[in-house]
Amino acid sequence: MTVNGIAQILIFFLIILATTKPLGIFMARLFEGKRTFLHPILRPLEVLTYKVIGVREETEQRWTQYTAALLAFSVFSFLFVYLLQRLQGVLPLNPQGFNRTSVTPDLAFNTAVSFVTNTNWQAYSGESTLSYLVQMAGLAVQNFASAAAGIAVAIAVVRGFARQQMDSLGNFWVDVTRATVYILLPVSTVVALFLCWQGVIQNFNHYTTLTTVEGVKQIIAQGPVASQEAIKMLGTNGGGFFNANSAHPFENPNPLTNFLQIILIFLIPAALTYTFGVMVGDRRQGWTVFSACAVMFLAGAFFCYWAEAQGNPTLAKLGIETHATALQPGGNMEGKETRFGIAASALFATVTTDASCGAVNGMHDSFTPLAGLVPLFNIETGEVIFGGVGAGLYGILLYAILAVFIAGLMVGRTPEYVGKKVEQKEVKMAMLALIATAFSILVLAAITSVIHFAEPTKDAKGQPVAQSYWNPPGPATANFANNGPHGFSENLYAYSSATGNNGSAFAGISVNTPWYNFTLGLAMLLGRFLFLIPLLAAAGSLALKKKIPQTAGTLPTHGPLFVGLLVGTVILVGALTFFPALALGPIVEHFLMQSGKLFALLPFPLWS
Amino acid sequence: MATLTETPIPAPLKDPIPGPPSGQDPGSLLPGKLVRARPLFDPEIVRRALRDSFLKLNPLTLMKNPVMFVVEVGAALVTVFLLRDLFTGAGGLGFEVQIAIWLWFTVLFANFAEAMAEARGKAQADALRKTKGDAMAKRLVGKKYEVVPASKLRSGDVVIAETGDLIPGDGEVIEGIATVDESVITGESAPVIRESGGDRSAVTGGTKVLSDQVRIRITSNPGETFLDKMIALVEGAERQKTPNEIALNILIAGLTLIFLLAVATLHPFAVYAVSSAGAGVVPTIAVLVSLLVCLIPTTIGGLLSAIGIAGMDRVMQHNVLAMSGKAVEASGDVNTLLLDKTGTITLGNRQAVEFIAFEGVTEEELADAAQLSSLADETPEGRSVVVLAKEKYGLRGREVAEHEAHFIPFSAYTRMSGVDIDGRSLRKGASSAIAKLVEDAGGSLPANFQEVSDRISRTGGTPLAVADGRRALGIIHLKDIVKGGMKERIAQLRAMGIRSVMITGDNPLTAAAIAQEAGVDDFLAQATPGDKLTYIKREQGEGRLVAMTGDGTNDAPALAQADVGLAMNTGTMAAKEAGNMVDLDSNPTKLIEVVAIGKQLLITRGALTTFSIANDVAKYFAIIPAMFLATYPALSRFNIMQLHSPQSAVLAAVIFNALIIIALVPLALRGVKYRPVGAASLLRRNVLIYGLGGILVPFPGIWLIDRLLVLLHLA
Repeated sequence: MTVNGIAQILIFFLIILATTKPLGIFMARLFEGKRTFLHPILRPLEVLTYKVIGVREETEQRWTQYTAALLAFSVFSFLFVYLLQRLQGVLPLNPQGFNRTSVTPDLAFNTAVSFVTNTNWQAYSGESTLSYLVQMAGLAVQNFASAAAGIAVAIAVVRGFARQQMDSLGNFWVDVTRATVYILLPVSTVVALFLCWQGVIQNFNHYTTLTTVEGVKQIIAQGPVASQEAIKMLGTNGGGFFNANSAHPFENPNPLTNFLQIILIFLIPAALTYTFGVMVGDRRQGWTVFSACAVMFLAGAFFCYWAEAQGNPTLAKLGIETHATALQPGGNMEGKETRFGIAASALFATVTTDASCGAVNGMHDSFTPLAGLVPLFNIETGEVIFGGVGAGLYGILLYAILAVFIAGLMVGRTPEYVGKKVEQKEVKMAMLALIATAFSILVLAAITSVIHFAEPTKDAKGQPVAQSYWNPPGPATANFANNGPHGFSENLYAYSSATGNNGSAFAGISVNTPWYNFTLGLAMLLGRFLFLIPLLAAAGSLALKKKIPQTAGTLPTHGPLFVGLLVGTVILVGALTFFPALALGPIVEHFLMQSGKLFALLPFPLWS
Repeated sequence: MATLTETPIPAPLKDPIPGPPSGQDPGSLLPGKLVRARPLFDPEIVRRALRDSFLKLNPLTLMKNPVMFVVEVGAALVTVFLLRDLFTGAGGLGFEVQIAIWLWFTVLFANFAEAMAEARGKAQADALRKTKGDAMAKRLVGKKYEVVPASKLRSGDVVIAETGDLIPGDGEVIEGIATVDESVITGESAPVIRESGGDRSAVTGGTKVLSDQVRIRITSNPGETFLDKMIALVEGAERQKTPNEIALNILIAGLTLIFLLAVATLHPFAVYAVSSAGAGVVPTIAVLVSLLVCLIPTTIGGLLSAIGIAGMDRVMQHNVLAMSGKAVEASGDVNTLLLDKTGTITLGNRQAVEFIAFEGVTEEELADAAQLSSLADETPEGRSVVVLAKEKYGLRGREVAEHEAHFIPFSAYTRMSGVDIDGRSLRKGASSAIAKLVEDAGGSLPANFQEVSDRISRTGGTPLAVADGRRALGIIHLKDIVKGGMKERIAQLRAMGIRSVMITGDNPLTAAAIAQEAGVDDFLAQATPGDKLTYIKREQGEGRLVAMTGDGTNDAPALAQADVGLAMNTGTMAAKEAGNMVDLDSNPTKLIEVVAIGKQLLITRGALTTFSIANDVAKYFAIIPAMFLATYPALSRFNIMQLHSPQSAVLAAVIFNALIIIALVPLALRGVKYRPVGAASLLRRNVLIYGLGGILVPFPGIWLIDRLLVLLHLA
């Protein structure tokens, strides 16, 4: 670890600390229906939107109506993106002439689900699969829509705590519109222009073909990248325009854009903690949630950076310098961009998985086992360390509910959080969300660990009668790029990332087969909706309750003690659920690496 | 009441109710208690509990407890595999046998905890049932009565009870007056008066008439009497899970499901690991079940219902009958405590402390007149006037029979009492009433009459004016005496975050002074029962939970509205029906104890839940390396306890998990110690003990068991 590296992480954190309050207040005003400084410019656009979609601004929705609106919105978005992909061959803005053969139904399903659920898992390579129209009108639009939906749900859940004796949680359409018009659009526009200035491309050109100085012919992909890049980070979407994501120089050309991109990931999630404090009428509550996230973020970032800076002991034994010197960074540089280095890559990996962003600027697969454990564990605890836009806040509120329920009893009162009693309904819903997540990750990864696909049956002449549809014959584990615990980590990471709606990949698995496309798509749906609907239900029940005044006998849910409790709950629940699986993956791999055993890259199967 | 500025002196009571001595700690003042304080492990109770622990193995009953049900299914599964291995002659039987035994013990230990808690109640119920016996009733038919078994009585029947009779059922005295021994219900041996009309008309079935005769209208049907209810309550037959208990059950059932997922998926993960490493074996069913049982929250799962039952039991040991566990739970949540001034905050009666004579009157003259007018006044206030006059001026109580004395009793209309003696007309009473009397008689009031009486009111006293004919002599200063230690208890309540509100019929000035002396947070002066109800509703409207005590019929609506309504046993049936707790000692101060018990119950639940979950950390460190030692020897780095072998490690974890349940039974039954301090320091302390302690304790525990297993050659 270097002073420079440590400073990068700390400066990053200070900037987030500084933006939290102003943006938090702005969002609180916005969602409480007050005027903001942007209203003079953007209010007409907001009003126009309501006119077009036929929504009355004042109408309030119960939690069931709110959920129904969200589901309708998601189903419509899914169908739109699915059809757009399948029909790209006959639609404009397709200079490379991609058609439906490059997007099979299972891939189109996976991608549509992925972008609608704010996961942005990519089983495809953007530059060799999708037309500019699909990227812009399909994926980039969903980057806005799914992010706005996440913010809307978080605000609805906060209203559950803030309101009393009300049966409504706000209006989904209004919340989505406001999130888009006043937050996502203006910031993205400014950032996109800045990125263009810094060298991110924005065009509709054919791919450029040129001959390199070595005399090799090379195709350089083009496209409207900047407009998608800004919202990719700001909306914690993470789906890159190109396969290489933020490691690609056209997406993320220099350390400055890199730093800006990491900031954009945390910008809204961190501010939402403050919005929560304002809306429930006790800003200390917001700072407490912020502090719990900050503690976990800093611990993860420094641990990841430390593990990467240690490098691989096997290389050290071979006499290779693994310490940082004036001339080289030392540590583990495998799979990293030299323009970012170890600290910025470790920071990016931590932040992108603290939040449910999933953009990457390096190969997580190439991280040392312990450094790779950080993103994996971040995802498995539900991405609540600031978390995805909206999703992070309602995720950590779920843990807060659990923390007050378990520890709150120890003050001799039935549990309450920010003045609301936590009772049967809330606990039931919180447990449902946790069980759904654990089920999706563990069961799907377990099936993939052992499932075998039969050889297609052959007729008398020995010709296959049918294609092997789901996956090539043999075990599903044959798609892993590595064997042993590392291969297992790839598997666990894939289902964790899909369930957590993160979308980053350890990479290494060849996932574009119907088996992986469908199971990962299923994981994304379970992880999004079976997490979010129970929370909306809990919010609906909370909104009906009276607020209980705080007294000296009330469990204090602010201050260092509760920060500790909240952090402890997140880590303990996550660790207890996933420890056996993690022990068989990154943990044992770390011990093995220390004893000199590494896991070789398996030859990719031919069909990939 | 609102137009009055002074409180009338209550009419002399013919027979004072033998209430409990005031100003003492109710925990210690009770001569006899409803629930005999038994040692925690009373042999009789333990025997009963041991038997019940086996009966509770019935899967149909165990199903209600999802955590222990999973353990039982696991134990059965391991047993089945054990039997299979027995027949096929597979190796490693010694290990499997031990795992199976300890898994069954885990279930039995949890059953034992619940059975212990229940057995304590059942033993008490048996005792109560005996007293119920087969009483006979003298049922009135026309002018005569017939003797029928008490069990034949219906609501509405009228019976006669005479000296020596057991009162056959709950009812209201409609005629007559009698002394009744209610010790079977209250444990209090002193007899109480029951008479028709007023607030002392309720009688309870099973109590005994000591003297005189009363007619009673029966108000309950067989099986629904107070005694029946008590039996059902102490026995736990009507026990329903409380809301918080249900929610906690959902939490631990949910955790169980999550751990089930974690352990069940570990099998396929292990299959991959073994085939990919080419070494070791996939963990056996016995090992997987062991891991599962160690992880699921068996400690709290096994003790949860015992904690609830024991909480009810503790309330009963304070001689309070809680009609439901819900009420006990709610009392932990109470934000506002409505305390009646008289009898709760102050000693039940005001006492004369000073004679203030007007100009031209000596203090002796005033004291003499005051004493004379109070000779027939049997109220504590009246007696205190006589006593003060004697102590201060050596005036003796005179034999009034030798004089021509005509006593005028207090009436609510005149608001004064007095005596006509030797041609003098002495009156004492509310200062406004005396003022009117003097002025009507043509006399004039001394200049400082109003000022003196106001001054006394302001300091919380009650001014009592004395007049001789048309001459106002002076004013007696009556003072409310705040019970010793009350101020400290109210301060404790405040530390616990509970507002105490004093309810009094006094005027606001008087009320404010006493409120200040006692240190209560708020007071409600000149309170009518309606005002009480309004106050409760307002507090509840602001999200607060309210507790109160009451005894009169007119308290019933407020008792019913309050979240915790503690009715006095001396009170009317209506009050007892409306409240959700009955204090058999009729000591209103006990509300504070009840709140503490409610809190203790919730703390015990939280502490053991936290402890249970925190325990898992160490168990992972014991079992995971043991499971995969052959596959990944590198995982032995996780064996930080240096456990002897994979078998000893798994066995030690399972044994620790089972023993911790038994070790915590006393804590579950007694409850975690509660200190009346603020939530923040309470939380800090309990998180340290049960959270951090829960993480650390199993490490040495499992290590020790592992050593013992090795020593005994069991693994």
